[in-house]
Amino acid sequence: MVTSERAVGAVKTGTELVKRSLPAMLKGGVIMDVVNAEQAKIAEASGAVAVMALERVPADIRADGGVARMSDPELVSSIINSVSIPVMAKARIGHFVEAQILQALGVDCIDESEVLTPADEQYHIEKTKFDVPFVCGARNLGEALRRIGEGAAMIRTKGEAGTGDVVEAVRHARTILGEIRKLTVLPKEELMTYAKEIGAPYELVLQVAQEGKLPVVNFAAGGIATPADAALMMQIGVEGVFVGSGIFKSGDPMKRAQAIVKATTYCNDPEMLAEISRNLGEAMVGRSARTLVGDENLAKRGW
Amino acid sequence: MQAESAQKIGILALQGNFSEHAQRFAALGAEPILIRYSEQLSQIDRLVIPGGESTCIDKLTAAGSGVDTRIFSLMKERIESGMPVWGTCMGSIFLARNIEGSSQGRLSLMDIEVRRNAFGPQKFSFELPLPISCLSSQPFLSVFIRAPLFLSTGKEVEVLAKLPTEESFGALAGLAVMARQKNMLATAFHPELVSDNRVHSYFLSI
Repeated sequence: MVTSERAVGAVKTGTELVKRSLPAMLKGGVIMDVVNAEQAKIAEASGAVAVMALERVPADIRADGGVARMSDPELVSSIINSVSIPVMAKARIGHFVEAQILQALGVDCIDESEVLTPADEQYHIEKTKFDVPFVCGARNLGEALRRIGEGAAMIRTKGEAGTGDVVEAVRHARTILGEIRKLTVLPKEELMTYAKEIGAPYELVLQVAQEGKLPVVNFAAGGIATPADAALMMQIGVEGVFVGSGIFKSGDPMKRAQAIVKATTYCNDPEMLAEISRNLGEAMVGRSARTLVGDENLAKRGW
Repeated sequence: MQAESAQKIGILALQGNFSEHAQRFAALGAEPILIRYSEQLSQIDRLVIPGGESTCIDKLTAAGSGVDTRIFSLMKERIESGMPVWGTCMGSIFLARNIEGSSQGRLSLMDIEVRRNAFGPQKFSFELPLPISCLSSQPFLSVFIRAPLFLSTGKEVEVLAKLPTEESFGALAGLAVMARQKNMLATAFHPELVSDNRVHSYFLSI
């Protein structure tokens, strides 16, 4: 595979191994959307494993309408300077120049995100060229493997961001994990046809069939609003969670953020979950994903 | 030949890269146990603190967090009474006595001073074939992810690997990246990310 790999003497940066290893360190953790340094500090203090810098949280993007773009570099830099945990930031689908800028700013991971307005309706970013890892959304195995084929080092469900409704994240996680399980029992002679049907690179289909898992880390995102939502996604089988509007659109962000972090670690302990879910104040108001019409379905962006 | 009962290797599994460690130890015939509760610590022969985000683990175990806050004090007791422990990346930060410019929680057991995230953002993370003195002469492919460095090590600490002289390391060359103090092992890199089991095997021998 062509990569961004660069060697100075024996030291290699930007290799596939190095890029896939950063998300691996975030497993079992919570990545939180933040719009400024103050929120980033709250996220870090609550136990977030990383923050996602963006201009507006998805709930506000939905409310405000208009074109949603990469954050102001000044804001991204101020977030990087305010915390010691990794900082991610969103670029528009296909907007490789936004991604180049984010890499130059020193973000640790770029989210090529359907939450922002797509810049290219045909092509995603060629991600192998970059030194930093990318995370991309997916609704099914074919989409996940196409993104990995383009160089994504981490996959997340798309869910429906900014709704506070977990139903789409559940659907996407169950679809991806179910398709992986199905793949492991297919005889080898059926794999090429399967790859053709789901539109995925054959080599990656073969690898998933052999290993029974994606070759990169797989998180949940889109609509997670409560500790129970986070634990639900973990029990379904993802390796960590993103929480967007769910924290800073709730009544008591610090308390809720801490509770979601604990719920992700202790996802299999209902007594602990009951304890940490008490008295968290108002959850984000939310909106049923079923009521979204047409362009309001962000998960349909990308292919 | 009589089979010995498998060694039970506890791997702290609050957050981070614990599953890969479990795979490596299982491949070596040991029995990995993922540790999330203090009661589990009495069942294990050895302990690994994996890579992850140290501030996250710090918050999860801090007094008043409402979860299992005894886990760290019990870990410390067992390590002090001789249980072998290995910290990778974040784990080495928890073992260290000193963390440069930080007051975050730690076990404070190993006489090393650690600099967190010594190489800068992820674009400067790297892989490198590293000579390690306690392994065979073949270098070990070492993956450094937003890695720490050991700025100084005490008299009782044996340095097992140093950052080699390479252009991109500048003044950092020569600093320790793998060290041992009696029953405690620390690596700034992630041996669990590659299929070479030599460091895991070495840990089982200490």
